[in-house]
Amino acid sequence: MRNLTGGGAWLVLPAVLLLAAFFLWPVGELVARSFRDPAGAWVHYQRIWEVPAYLRILNRTLVISAMTTVICVVLAYPLAYRLVTASPMGRAVILVCVLIPFWTNLLVRSYGWIIMLNPQGVINSALMGLGLIDEPLRLVYNTTGVLIGMSQIMLPFMILPIAAVMARLDPKVTHAARSLGATPVQAFFKVYLPLTMPGVMAGSVLVFTISLGFFVIPALLGGSREILLAQLIEFNINQVLNWGLAAALSTVLLIATLGLYWIGDRWFGLGRIWGLK
Amino acid sequence: MLSGAVVAVSVYLVLPTLAIIPISFSDTDFIIFPPQGFSLRWYETFFTQPAWRNAAITSFIVATLAAVLATVLGTLAALGLARLGQRLARGLGALFILPLIVPTIITAVAFYGTFSRLGMVGNVPGLVLAHTILALPFVVINVSAVMQKVDWRIVDAARSLGATPLQAFWKVTLPAIRPGVLAGAVFAFLTSFDEIVIALFISGARAVTLPVQMWSGIRFEISPVVAAASCLLLLMSCFMLTLYWLLRKDPVQ
Repeated sequence: MRNLTGGGAWLVLPAVLLLAAFFLWPVGELVARSFRDPAGAWVHYQRIWEVPAYLRILNRTLVISAMTTVICVVLAYPLAYRLVTASPMGRAVILVCVLIPFWTNLLVRSYGWIIMLNPQGVINSALMGLGLIDEPLRLVYNTTGVLIGMSQIMLPFMILPIAAVMARLDPKVTHAARSLGATPVQAFFKVYLPLTMPGVMAGSVLVFTISLGFFVIPALLGGSREILLAQLIEFNINQVLNWGLAAALSTVLLIATLGLYWIGDRWFGLGRIWGLK
Repeated sequence: MLSGAVVAVSVYLVLPTLAIIPISFSDTDFIIFPPQGFSLRWYETFFTQPAWRNAAITSFIVATLAAVLATVLGTLAALGLARLGQRLARGLGALFILPLIVPTIITAVAFYGTFSRLGMVGNVPGLVLAHTILALPFVVINVSAVMQKVDWRIVDAARSLGATPLQAFWKVTLPAIRPGVLAGAVFAFLTSFDEIVIALFISGARAVTLPVQMWSGIRFEISPVVAAASCLLLLMSCFMLTLYWLLRKDPVQ
């Protein structure tokens, strides 16, 4: 199969040179910039560590990413199970529901959520029309809005790894557990869930990692005073022109992202989703 | 219970996208649900207001150029990767997916810093270069995936029957990897057409793309023209996907 004759390995060169000059170099330069300050190499990192507002933003970013991950696991697991066990027709319907948002422009989806969640939006109008609430719920421009929007964006990244593991699982293992006397609940918690855990872990690492650096959803659906790490980076570039601090924050995010990705790849086979191995 | 959960999650996935469609046909200056009246005025605004029209044109130019560049470079890279030794191929493979893993906010800031010194901020070449890099992984991944299924002895056969290397490439290799190339090209086009974060940093005031125009529309004036633009983008995504499904079919079969 991997039986290509002749030369031609040089064909990778144009793309490699392009990436080296216009991707690796700019990112490397950004990292270098975080250490290039007359006052000392570590001043910006020291500031991140010492200013409570920055630590609060880092902390909030971690918490929101973790919450998004948990919400995605809870929502994705049953859907992935149905995706794997459904009839071809049912599978097609679910796949369309998963892939439509996947292929829809991020801004279109954010805008859709604003239409759904704003005080005069679909959900509030419906709830007030039904007489369930007297005044609109605050569903957007706060943490609630960020969690609702982020979880929806991230769901496909959770569903697909879990479904991949479920599809590989031999259904006979749960039959065996049942025939040996396990209740359905026991069979699920003792056999099925542990065996599908690698998919959950791969999806979780992926969702958590992407969430850490997410910019669009927090900027559009979040509150202006509850910003996350990516917005803090943007703020330092465009508003206060503090490139050194923005570079240091970017470096922290970069190390966290690459570290988590490496862990996910090493232990949960995350790299397989790209199919390049 | 399981079915209920599945339906609820499916609705959660598609509802916000579908909610935009009725809003885009509303007759009011603001977003209200259920929409009042029916009109095409927001579509008219989209096609007649220079800001929106120019943004759409810029996006088409940038996405087309980025898709062509990424497809050519990515396809060549995938062909080269398959001829490399295991270890080198693995290392370079990691390099090729790096633009997908590095958070876009970091890529955006890094491009902004470097491109501004090269005079590539606020113009089409800068956007094309940035989007080519972002789209490259999708082409390499798609072409590599298809290449693994091809029996490469057909190329040897063509060569032994007297084809020059170039002939063998055009007549045998390229048709064999065509589905991957087309998938990569579609991914690349949509990646560029939908990209917002990098464009926010490097598009400036002179080369505004459609997502950047939508961004300011969403942030500063929540008018239904954004809904009309969103519907047109949805249509385009559907069109590109259909095009891909139609083209990927092997002409021989």
